[in-house]
Amino acid sequence: MALLIADNVVPGYDRKAVAPAVSFSVEEGNFLCIVGANGTGKTTLIRTLTGLQKPLSGRVIFDKGFSKTQAGFVPQFTHSAKDFPASVREVVLSGCLSECRFRPFYSRVHKKRASENMQKLEIEDLSSSSFQELSGGQQQRVLLARALCSAQKMIFLDEPTANLDPNASENVYQLLERMCQEEKAVIMITHDIKGALKYATHVLSLSGENAFFGTQEEYAKSTLSKEGGENVY
Amino acid sequence: MFTDILSKLMTYFTYPFVRYAFIVGVLIALCSSLLGVPLVLKRYSYIGDGLSHVAFGAVSVATVMNMTGTVLLSAPVTVLCAVLLLRRGRRSNIKGDAAIAMVSVGSLAAGYLLMNRFGTSANLSGDVCTTLFGATSILTLQPIDVYMCIALSLVVLLLFVFYYHRIFLITFDEEFAQSVGIAVNSYNLLLAVITALVIVLAMNLVGSLLISALIIFPAVSAMRLFKSFLGVSICSGILGVVHSTLGLLVSILAGTPAGSTIVVVHLLGFLLCSVAGWVLRECVS
Repeated sequence: MALLIADNVVPGYDRKAVAPAVSFSVEEGNFLCIVGANGTGKTTLIRTLTGLQKPLSGRVIFDKGFSKTQAGFVPQFTHSAKDFPASVREVVLSGCLSECRFRPFYSRVHKKRASENMQKLEIEDLSSSSFQELSGGQQQRVLLARALCSAQKMIFLDEPTANLDPNASENVYQLLERMCQEEKAVIMITHDIKGALKYATHVLSLSGENAFFGTQEEYAKSTLSKEGGENVY
Repeated sequence: MFTDILSKLMTYFTYPFVRYAFIVGVLIALCSSLLGVPLVLKRYSYIGDGLSHVAFGAVSVATVMNMTGTVLLSAPVTVLCAVLLLRRGRRSNIKGDAAIAMVSVGSLAAGYLLMNRFGTSANLSGDVCTTLFGATSILTLQPIDVYMCIALSLVVLLLFVFYYHRIFLITFDEEFAQSVGIAVNSYNLLLAVITALVIVLAMNLVGSLLISALIIFPAVSAMRLFKSFLGVSICSGILGVVHSTLGLLVSILAGTPAGSTIVVVHLLGFLLCSVAGWVLRECVS
């Protein structure tokens, strides 16, 4: 059984579908890349998977005792409110909140996890800095660290490397690969096909009439990838 | 000079109504300034303003009906309106914005009309002025008002502390909170209910027109000085209590109306914090 199953899911807004129906499943240790040109409904699909909006039809099924509280989500980067007072540490720690249930404050385990994730993303020296005063790339890494705190079984990412320099991107990919080796699942939207294919185990392509879902090898062989590689990206 | 003021204050503090005023003032200031931080950051400041007018309408009705504890009517009515307004405000469309203005102006007008037609008091404009600007009402508190105020403040404080981290998350990033399975809507509802309760309480202190000042000034002043949510929350609480206490002291000594004196002290405090924040930033960079 898979952790997450999408059964003929049609993502869309206001009864208007933005992507064809997709069916796929994600298992522990899978690294799924969602690719497609702008406006093919990638972000709407990932928002549907995380439960931020309902699918127009079809079902998203969580299994193996997996619940939303064990997932992390890194939304598409937007510059956040300029005057919000929050330190990096506060933001990263808030990722642990889904586990707190009836506990009002964070435990030592949570604080340790937050520190470890800040180290992984090389932002530990920023921990008491103000989130709003960081650069776009730094903010992106803070949000990644927050998602890592809540991602006990699965992580959803919407273009996590869009604002990062090549070194930082590589670091993020390796981090995600390590998560897969720890039997966690990764679902990522990306435009960086070359970089992503190196690490992905599965690919979901939303370009074209019908969505394509298959392993990374199948995707590399299919004509879709050739077309995509030359024309769309 | 200083001993004169002190001895004068000591005399005042022998009166129970002055002590009541201070207990109630400090508690209300603490609650509203803490709550102000998430409200200002969520851009709900205007909802607080609208609710205060609703509370005015409810108090007018209670006065007309000769109810002893006006809180018994104004609290549930204001809570109900808070819940309705927040539902609308979430959609953040033009209608939602207009709805708040309509509810707020409507209850203000209806409240005054009722008091004018059915009010039994001889001094109508005095009554209305008291409800709007607080005037001396803080000094005429009955013990039951004080106990009610203490109880409600404690509930608000406990809820704020208990849900502090959740309040941070739903204020900072509602979508992330929702995606990890936190019941965002329930917490927004809780925030609306607490806001309504605080506004009903604060009416005693500064009157309904000036309540927003107690909620907004400390939070915005604290944001000039601190850059972390915890820092801003603590600083806002302290500023709220200090400014309101100062305002009360001045109003008692100088015989000025409590509500407007407190708000003016808050305004001066905000200017000071702005200057201090500017100096801090200049020194650092």
